[in-house]
Amino acid sequence: MISGLTVSERQLGLAILVALAFIGLAMAAAGAARADPMQAHGFIVLLFSLGILCVLLKGYSAPEPPETRFESYYDDPSKVGIVIAMLWAVFGMFIGDWVAWLLAFPDLTFDAAWSSFGRLRPAHTTGVIFGFGGNALIATSFHVMQRTSRARLADQFSPWFVLIGYNLFCILAVSGYFMGITQSKEYAEPEWYADIWLVIVWVTYLLLYLRTLAGRKEPHIYVANWYYLAFILVVAILHIVNNLAVPASFAGAKSYSLFSGVQDAMTQWWYGHNAVAFFLTAGFLGMMYYYLPKRAERPIYSYRMSIIGFWGITFFYMWAGSHHLHYTALPQWVQTLGMTFSVMLLVPSWIAAANALLTLNGAWHKVRDDATLRFMMMAAVFYGLSTFEGSFMAIRSVNSLSHYTDWTIGHVHAGAMGWVALITFGSIYAVVPWLWKRERIHSPALVEVHFWLALAGTLIYVFAMWNSGIIQGLMWRTYNDSGTLAYSFLDSMIAMHPYYVARAIGGLLFLIGAIVGCYNIWMTIRRPSATPAPSSDTPLPTNLQPAE
Amino acid sequence: MFGTHYRIERKSVVLAVAIMVVASIGGLIEIAPLFTIDETVETDPDMRVYTPLELAGRNIYIREGCYACHSQMIRTLQDEVERYGHYSLAVESKYDHPMLWGSKRTGPDLARIGGKYSDQWHTAHLNNPRDVVPQSIMPRYHWLSETELQAAHLGDNLRALRKVGVPYTDEMIANAPADAMAQASPDDDTAGLAKRYGEATQIRYFDGDKRTVSEMDALVAYLQVLGKLSDATQVPPGGKQAP
Repeated sequence: MISGLTVSERQLGLAILVALAFIGLAMAAAGAARADPMQAHGFIVLLFSLGILCVLLKGYSAPEPPETRFESYYDDPSKVGIVIAMLWAVFGMFIGDWVAWLLAFPDLTFDAAWSSFGRLRPAHTTGVIFGFGGNALIATSFHVMQRTSRARLADQFSPWFVLIGYNLFCILAVSGYFMGITQSKEYAEPEWYADIWLVIVWVTYLLLYLRTLAGRKEPHIYVANWYYLAFILVVAILHIVNNLAVPASFAGAKSYSLFSGVQDAMTQWWYGHNAVAFFLTAGFLGMMYYYLPKRAERPIYSYRMSIIGFWGITFFYMWAGSHHLHYTALPQWVQTLGMTFSVMLLVPSWIAAANALLTLNGAWHKVRDDATLRFMMMAAVFYGLSTFEGSFMAIRSVNSLSHYTDWTIGHVHAGAMGWVALITFGSIYAVVPWLWKRERIHSPALVEVHFWLALAGTLIYVFAMWNSGIIQGLMWRTYNDSGTLAYSFLDSMIAMHPYYVARAIGGLLFLIGAIVGCYNIWMTIRRPSATPAPSSDTPLPTNLQPAE
Repeated sequence: MFGTHYRIERKSVVLAVAIMVVASIGGLIEIAPLFTIDETVETDPDMRVYTPLELAGRNIYIREGCYACHSQMIRTLQDEVERYGHYSLAVESKYDHPMLWGSKRTGPDLARIGGKYSDQWHTAHLNNPRDVVPQSIMPRYHWLSETELQAAHLGDNLRALRKVGVPYTDEMIANAPADAMAQASPDDDTAGLAKRYGEATQIRYFDGDKRTVSEMDALVAYLQVLGKLSDATQVPPGGKQAP
């Protein structure tokens, strides 16, 4: 890896890592003076930068890479990103299944502060969404943007800065929750310094993306890149606005949100729902629009449907967040707008799902034979189903039943497991042999095993949560003949037990599938390399003028 | 229409700007007016701020992720009002940075839990929920009683909150650590605390342990004040009390 960097790039890395180590040291010292948990984060930053520094120094004296590097795509960051994504997947899903068991058997814990449900739960959501999903998005976006632009990444250093810096953010986030560092905004829990660090990383990501697009040799920007671009841009906007806060002290982790009450709730769910839209949907649609047609060896069904779907999602989603706040103290007009746009959102969502499924016309025999393509097909089906469910649940009267219950949990997991994870696994199985220049995946049979474990796990999970959520919601609002509430809250909680056990079993199957996937990918990487890359998988020479 | 797009998708900067513009409209229309329209939040001149001890308790509530299982927002639905009390008003979370409305009720809503149970019940429940509710699936928080409350830097917390709009006075900021200790130590001098935060301030040994002011004291003090910061729900429609 290091031998692929020029000497000046190695020196830049050295300088940044040394600076980061000093920042870590300063944080540790400042935190220690106040006995603040920021101290521990300072040491984590210090150790992290020293660890990467060791790797860099080990390869520092390697000879400079040859000029011929410009004749091939730069895939090292994608390779590392995919391996890291799979590690986060196992970690995040393990914590997720653990908290699922905790809800059925609350003493399945070490009886320690760090292992209580409230601290493990954000470690699960962050580990899966940002650790697994984020790394997969960064890795595949680097791969897709080069191929669809027929251009090499704009430079060699910033992809590493983005990937490694992003993982430092994830580590700070997850380790923080174990220590109780959180700002309690769901899916935006990291504290102010981690947020600032993410902004730096993210802007670098955006610039890298735009520079690579500017150097493209294809006249048109392919639809996958529209989605990746929307993902990077809008996540930046959401992240910055929702995390505006005033630190209690620059020597401590605690900060206070700039907004309060109603305004904070609206901002939080504008962020929260659009993290679903632009992180968990747009980014992964980018993945789908490249890997699914590529694997099926069929062109995308309809160019016009791509356009309508893309702009519909970009426009409608941003209105939908207030459907999380029906019947609350949020003004009614905002709730109504949120509901209306959530229902309309079904149109572009289904256009995107239909475009993917119709692409498979004429290739359905491949879906039957190839579990990798079937992962992607099933992801498109779940995408369609869970967006339908989302629009349905945003209707005020439905929401009065579903809100606060496990139905919501079932809905997000239909999306997270059925759509996000399945499209990611499918894309990773497709891209791993391409990236490592292997003839095929180590074991197609194990991909098959993973597919059925993942599908069974998702179905068990989602059906369990539909049942528990609807029962919960109905029990809360049931009256007996004398006009008083029929059930105590505790009654509804006791009724959940069998469903919580079922959910934990479903999650366990899904986790086992991911572990099987890790093994399969690892064995693929270890296979002897096959033929060199075909001539179609190389960038066009730099002396060609870009299209614009 | 598709011809225009055919041109847009050839220019990366145009595409990027178009995405930003299209994506910004919804947020601007839904969020910006909330800060300017007066009806968004009711007025309550008697609304009081959290005492330093209650704020410390709130920070512990946030730290432990209690918001993941407990909402603090009673919706305007009949069964919720009957189960938990008057539906939540916007003004009640006016000083909440951030709000803790929550999104899931694995446990019951806590918006009006203040005063419903005794301190002893809360302490026992937090120590081991299954001692008081055998079927509970809540984690145990027994270490809270054994952990001394870190109050030395509470003044910084109040100062930061003032920057974002909570009306803490200089005096409140200067006395924050002492006020936090005093609220959980009724035998000490509590006159200053009562003067700054009002006679209604609850001053007692919240966890029953007279030796130290623990995190348990702070968390119970916070729970006991939930739903009690504002009297707005007591005012009948129309504003003024009937003669």
